[in-house]
Amino acid sequence: MMEKDAWPLWEIFIRSKQGLDHKHVGSLHAADAAMAIENARDAYTRRMEGVSIWVVESKYVHASNPDDSGSFYDPANDKIYRHPTFYDLPDELKHM
Amino acid sequence: MPVPVNIEYILHLADNALVLGHRNSEWTGHGPILEQDIALSNIALDLIGQARNLYQHAAALMNAGEVMTERRADGARTEVTEDYLAYLRDGWDFRNCLLVELPNGDWGMTVLRQFFFSTYQYFLYRELRHSQDSELAAIAEKSLKEVTYHLRWSGEWVIRLGDGTDESHSRMEKALGQLWKYTGELFEPSGYEQGLAAEGIAVDLHKIRPLWDQRVEEVLKQAQLTPGSNEWMQTGGKHGKHTEHLGYLLAEMQFLQRAYPGCEW
Repeated sequence: MMEKDAWPLWEIFIRSKQGLDHKHVGSLHAADAAMAIENARDAYTRRMEGVSIWVVESKYVHASNPDDSGSFYDPANDKIYRHPTFYDLPDELKHM
Repeated sequence: MPVPVNIEYILHLADNALVLGHRNSEWTGHGPILEQDIALSNIALDLIGQARNLYQHAAALMNAGEVMTERRADGARTEVTEDYLAYLRDGWDFRNCLLVELPNGDWGMTVLRQFFFSTYQYFLYRELRHSQDSELAAIAEKSLKEVTYHLRWSGEWVIRLGDGTDESHSRMEKALGQLWKYTGELFEPSGYEQGLAAEGIAVDLHKIRPLWDQRVEEVLKQAQLTPGSNEWMQTGGKHGKHTEHLGYLLAEMQFLQRAYPGCEW
C-alpha cells in the first residue's frame, strides 16, 4: 500500500473495568472512527481486557518535546514543599 | 450415512459453521491490512468454536444412540468424536449450504458472503434459543453474541465498499451477481428441517426469511447495491450435493487427520 493511500493512525484507550480510567494501550490503522473502534475491539479486547474503548486520531495528539525536559521538569526537583508530606500535621488532626 | 434427522440437523448447522470458518481462515496472513486480518481471523475462530460445540453435541447423541459406531473385535463400540465428524467424513456427508463452500474471491466477495450468512445465522440463532433441544438452545444463546458482531462488522464493510469508490462499487456489484443465486438455499427447508421445525427443535425457515429479506434490503440500499433479479437459485448442499469446491477444501482441511489418523498436537 502506498503511503498516500495508507489509512490514518489512531491511538487506542481502553477502560479495563467500570470506575477506572481509560489507559493508552497502543495504536492501529483504520479508515475512520467507527472502524477504529471495531479494530480496537478485535486487537485489544480479545482477552476480556476492557469494557469501554476510546479512539483518537493520532494527528490530534500534541505532545511535549523531549528536548524541553530540562526546563519543564527539573525545576520541580527541589520544591519539596509542594508535597503534602513536607508539612507536619498537628496531632489533633484526625482522618488525614 | 443414514443418521436420525435430529442429528442430521445438528450436523447441518455445524458444517455451515466449520466450512465458512475454514474459508475465512484462508485469509489469515493475507488480509488487506493487519487489523482486518485479525478481525476476520477472529470471526473464523468464532465459527469453528460454534462448530465444535455442535459436533460435540452430535457426537454425544450418536454415541448414546449407537449411531455410526461399530462393534470392535473385543465387543466394545468405537466412539464418534468431534474430530471424526469434522475430519473424517466425506463430501457427500456434509450438509452445509453451497454459499459457505464457495471460494473467497476478493475481499468484497468475502465480506458480502459473510454478511448474507451472518444475517441468516443471526435470525436463526435468535429462534433456536427456544429450541426443545436444550443443548441446541444453549449453543444458540452463546453464539448469538458472536454473530451479532459478525453481522455488524460485515454489514459495515458492505456499505463501505458498495458506497465507496467506482472500483469498490463495481467489485461489489460483481460479487452480488455471483453470490445472489446461492442465498435461496439458506431458506429452502430440507426434509430434516421440516419435521423438526414442527416439533419445535429446528427453526422454521419461513419465519425468519422475511427478517433476512428486510435486513439485507436495508443494507444493500445503503450500499447503493441492487439485489440480483435472477429467481433461479442454486441448491443441493443441504442434501450432500455440493459444488466441486468443497472437495478441494476438505482435501486441505482434512489432510492431517487422514495422513496421521488420531494425531494430536
